[in-house]
Amino acid sequence: MSYREALREGLREALRGDPRVFLMGEDVGRYGGTYAVSKGLLEEFGEERIRDTPLAESGFVGAGIGAAINGMRPVVEIMTVNFSLLALDQIMNNAATLRHMSGGQVGVPVVIRMTTGGGRQLAAQHSHSLEGWYAHIPGLRVVAPATVADAYGMLLAALAEPDPVLIFEHAMLFGVEDELADPPPVVDLEGAAVRRPGTHLSLITYGGSLPKVMAAAQRLAEEGVEAEVIDLRSLRPLDDATIMASVRRTRRALVVDEGWRSGSLSAEIMARIVEQAFYDLDAPLARVCSQEVPVPYARHLEQAALPDVDGIVSAAHAVVG
Amino acid sequence: MNAPAPSGIDLLRTMLRIRRFEEKCAELYGAGSIRGFLHLYIGEEAIAAGVMPALLPEDAILATYREHGHALARGVPARSIMAEMFGKREGCSGGRGGSMHLFDVSRRFYGGNAIVGGALPLAVGFGLADRMRREPRVTACFFGEGAMAEGEFHESANLAALWSLPVLFVCENNLYAMGTALARSEARTDLCLKAEACGLAARQVDGMDAPAVAAAAREAVAALRAGGPPMFLEMQTYRFRAHSMFDPELYRSREEVEAWRRRCPIETLAASLLASGELDANLRLALEQEARAEVEDAVAFAQAGTWEPVENLLDHVGALRAGGGA
Repeated sequence: MSYREALREGLREALRGDPRVFLMGEDVGRYGGTYAVSKGLLEEFGEERIRDTPLAESGFVGAGIGAAINGMRPVVEIMTVNFSLLALDQIMNNAATLRHMSGGQVGVPVVIRMTTGGGRQLAAQHSHSLEGWYAHIPGLRVVAPATVADAYGMLLAALAEPDPVLIFEHAMLFGVEDELADPPPVVDLEGAAVRRPGTHLSLITYGGSLPKVMAAAQRLAEEGVEAEVIDLRSLRPLDDATIMASVRRTRRALVVDEGWRSGSLSAEIMARIVEQAFYDLDAPLARVCSQEVPVPYARHLEQAALPDVDGIVSAAHAVVG
Repeated sequence: MNAPAPSGIDLLRTMLRIRRFEEKCAELYGAGSIRGFLHLYIGEEAIAAGVMPALLPEDAILATYREHGHALARGVPARSIMAEMFGKREGCSGGRGGSMHLFDVSRRFYGGNAIVGGALPLAVGFGLADRMRREPRVTACFFGEGAMAEGEFHESANLAALWSLPVLFVCENNLYAMGTALARSEARTDLCLKAEACGLAARQVDGMDAPAVAAAAREAVAALRAGGPPMFLEMQTYRFRAHSMFDPELYRSREEVEAWRRRCPIETLAASLLASGELDANLRLALEQEARAEVEDAVAFAQAGTWEPVENLLDHVGALRAGGGA
């Protein structure tokens, strides 16, 4: 099953299991979803629950927040993270703050899904990785499913949450194929996962960078370096315990984050390792991030801007020494 | 089912309660008991006083940062509002919100939103949830004319009309978005025309005339409850006091303010009730005393209130644990 199909099956399961759940967003219905995630759901669930919206991100994201407060369990799809900036007011000023500002009275159980990341030559307004910005905000939960099982299960876990959850789906993952057990495993919304055990260094990553990091770990193994791969899964809250346990074992760490490095999630993770595991380290921390440039269109330039397997392997060698 | 119509005395009572409450707030602001931004509704009371009686307990209300009057008119206790202004834990938002963020979910009063236009998409969502569940409920959303320049107004009005949602858009047109006059911010100043262009049924109402507001609101809410299209009411009104406590009022003339003050919704209604015999000097005095007593009681309650322990700082970020996790 592909990552895309797993997302769809998760949605289908949610829609079947709870009449309060509905999907809303641009072209989720008749078009079948920009990335074909919701293809076929309109026919099965009807236009009330698979609801096409106008191009009004702030309006329909805010409507999802309002419907959530008023008893529904909306899943709002935003075509791409760059477009979510048009709804940032609603996400930040309403979804994230209403519970606190109301002294705990107003819960916002909304799920907002969006595509993130580069690699498809979509240039500088469709390719960025801004999930780190959202992970900055108290009151939000931010997750990045990187596997087929998480694509299916994290949506269901998100819908069980009483607070707003943002799900970042990397554009390069939609076609990734893997087995999905029957019945599919129930997954947690929180907690990092060790995707590959190792002893020489920890490779800490999430989302669309996971396949690159797994490929890098394979190459490193062939060269005699056993890398442990940590998939963060949840970007807020971060699972400090799993990160520190791994770093204390391997004593070296490399963070791979498709976001830009300045003021980034990678910076946050490195700061936490310094705060919590500094004396366990045998080498300076390192990271591989996107180059600090709006993602360009031309393939060779785009590839040069994003983290790649070669870059991860050589950075890992530098850390191991 | 429709709410019972308010009497003239009911409307007068509510407006007096709001007026006296806010006069006290201004005084307490000067004394330092209330801090932050404080936006007074003085002059505009007829709108909240007139619209709220048209709503049932199951209807929802979303308002702006100038919402003390709406909260009072909805029945949020003056005590809990004043305690909130003081920042006390007994406040209606536990001291986390302040003047601009009054909440009382038990009365379906959902704030208190200090982003101009920010509550409009929420109101659409409230209406959508009710429509999807076939609940005969209405959501009333109050906003100033300044919000009409925001994209969120246009997005929300379009969505509400497109999906035929039971949302009452109440535009409180007090002519100034903070200090910017309507004609200095809108190329076309006919707000009903703008609302109609989005597909809302629109109507202009004299917002200084409480009975007229009440009648228009009742009609609009009844139409919405019967399944009609979303409604837009432009309430023409005026803010007698400064925008907030920091406003030197350089943008409007004393004469203009005085001319509007002569149309005070409280004195206008009182005069007409006196003329019709529904009000006399004794009753007016009794209403005044009632309003003042409520305010004094609220202040005493707020003063006696307690401070949230700092150890609880991270409460209410997420439902499940302090700080919501980071």
